[in-house]
Amino acid sequence: MEKVLTKNIRDNREPMTIGEYEQAGGWEAYKKALHEMKPTEVAGLVKEAGLRGRGGAGFPTGVKWSFMPRFEENPEKRPAHVYLVVNADEMEPGTFKDRLLMEGDPHQLIEAMAIASYAIGADIAYVFIRGEYTECQRKLQRAIDEAMEAGYLGQDILGTGFNLKMYLHMSAGRYICGEESALLSALEGRRAVPRHKPPFPAASGLFGQPTTVNNVETICNVPHIVKNGAEWYKSLGLHKDGGTKIFGASGHVARPGLVELPLGTKLSDLLDHFGGVRGGRKLKALLPGGGSTPLLTDEHLNTPMDYEGVGAVGSRLGTGTMVVIDDQTPIVGVLKNLEHFYAQESCGWCTPCRDGLPWVERILTNLEAGHGKPGDIELLDLHVKLLGPGKTFCAHAPGAMGPLESGLKYFRDELAALIPPEADTLDLTQPANAASNN
Amino acid sequence: MKLSQTEIEAIQHEMTLYEDPGAATIEALKIVQEHRGWVSDESLEAAAAVVGVTPTQMEAVATFYNLIFRQPVGRHVIMICDSISCYLTGYEEILAYLKKTLGIEFGQTTPDNRFTLLPICCLGNCDNGPAMRINTDYHGRLTPDKVDAILAEYP
Ligand SMILES: Cc1cc2nc3c(=O)[nH]c(=O)nc-3n(C[C@H](O)[C@H](O)[C@H](O)COP(=O)(O)O)c2cc1C
Ligand code: SF4
Ligand code: FES
Repeated sequence: MEKVLTKNIRDNREPMTIGEYEQAGGWEAYKKALHEMKPTEVAGLVKEAGLRGRGGAGFPTGVKWSFMPRFEENPEKRPAHVYLVVNADEMEPGTFKDRLLMEGDPHQLIEAMAIASYAIGADIAYVFIRGEYTECQRKLQRAIDEAMEAGYLGQDILGTGFNLKMYLHMSAGRYICGEESALLSALEGRRAVPRHKPPFPAASGLFGQPTTVNNVETICNVPHIVKNGAEWYKSLGLHKDGGTKIFGASGHVARPGLVELPLGTKLSDLLDHFGGVRGGRKLKALLPGGGSTPLLTDEHLNTPMDYEGVGAVGSRLGTGTMVVIDDQTPIVGVLKNLEHFYAQESCGWCTPCRDGLPWVERILTNLEAGHGKPGDIELLDLHVKLLGPGKTFCAHAPGAMGPLESGLKYFRDELAALIPPEADTLDLTQPANAASNN
Repeated sequence: MKLSQTEIEAIQHEMTLYEDPGAATIEALKIVQEHRGWVSDESLEAAAAVVGVTPTQMEAVATFYNLIFRQPVGRHVIMICDSISCYLTGYEEILAYLKKTLGIEFGQTTPDNRFTLLPICCLGNCDNGPAMRINTDYHGRLTPDKVDAILAEYP
């Protein structure tokens, strides 16, 4: 298969110098965009290519860009700044793909950001990087400095009148920073609490200015689309969505890691690529794209792994990095671990999420410890409803309910069997002993 | 209390990277922590004065983010990933071993001030689980033997 996003990445992730990157065809797409295309043409091309967001939600990137206000016709109306913000928070449990792109080929991201900024009319671009990714910081800063020196960033770039500054922001932790409106709050130096939408960031984003937020991998596709066209891009996919994807596997697989493959690759082929379930065991379930994607089981092995394909079987492609669970693993521990994460990472802004998630964790903790009570399963069902889409201020709590709802669907009997037969004689007025897992 | 000239200059530089200089609040806390290991009440107030926000605003931010330490930590901070892929590959065994070897629980520092032990969400090192981070270094595919060798690298 033709490698697109990872073609420059060496096994040891030592990045190219900017000279090597140029030799490999780097910065050509940027020159093409700046010299031969209008910003709206670049945005139109990305829309035509059907690129979808790799940050988890799969929203069409070109459509998102089309929401940005345009000031080419009336430059006097241009606000002080227009922003591109790249989301490199990557804290979704089981996700480690953006790190590869930043460590392995930082120039690709910088060029991609420069083209995307041109397309949406941004004059300042930030990369919002999770605090632990200091290696990414070091390599990206170097790539920015080299791009500055080469004249690809700065004022009146390549004599076209286009201006662009680029900065890195190192985060200080918390999963909620990855939610795009919370990310903007964090970037403004405040608590990372999500914002009401509307207004969407395109209307009022960073410091109240027009802003687009995109994931690292999403943006990295842009130079290739500009260079090779929309038809080429669409033809890379094997099912309904075009392009390639960095897929990953961790947990109980024989050879955990990352690989770039066409979108729409069959789930069973993907699993085979990672050596299948380790230790000769059988597949119990998997999270197809990070902690908040509903579980799939061995009945889904024929699923084409793209947004449409995974959506059709009741889950989401998410970040495309799957977590594999073998048949020796009790599902209750898996769910408890996930819900502990979501309970801890709730920003605390809205009550259903702040109070509901710890309750879910406590029920699962009790079930695991053999202290379940009649009605616990139904109580979990109720939480799935009460914390579902539209019931909370942001998508954090609905995301947390993804694995829980699917766990209740596929492993209901296993969970119910954890309630001891004598449980209905327990004194329910006594608070349960909830030991969290740390 | 005053911050050092190096700290002040680093914070002032960060303030130039944003439309609103107050946005450098998080960077200011990180800079102070880099120089002092943690953020005391006094250094928090001093940093707030440089950025031009109130100490209350600074504190609201400091207590939100888990990588800002509002209590002293040891010379080396161990953060062990407790998220799903590491859980599946043996996190609990490694955590038990660390607690036993160091004689401390989460949130505590060894009496010789050498190590502080903290839990952390998915480190983006899932293909190398169980994983941990010491200071800024990643360590993966941990076994008890490997943990012994790794700890020895941090005097
Ligand atoms: C709780 C939560 C955490 C998120 N974390 C991330 C993240 O770490 N990285 C990311 O790219 N998107 C994350 N997202 C999705 C973003 O809100 C947003 O949809 C995405 O950055 C848009 O980029 P894309 O359209 O290119 O995918 C998260 C969403 C939620 C609700
Ligand atoms: S759903 Fe959770 S994370 Fe989102 S705003 Fe409400 S409390 Fe915060
Ligand atoms: S789950 Fe431990 S590093 Fe990702």
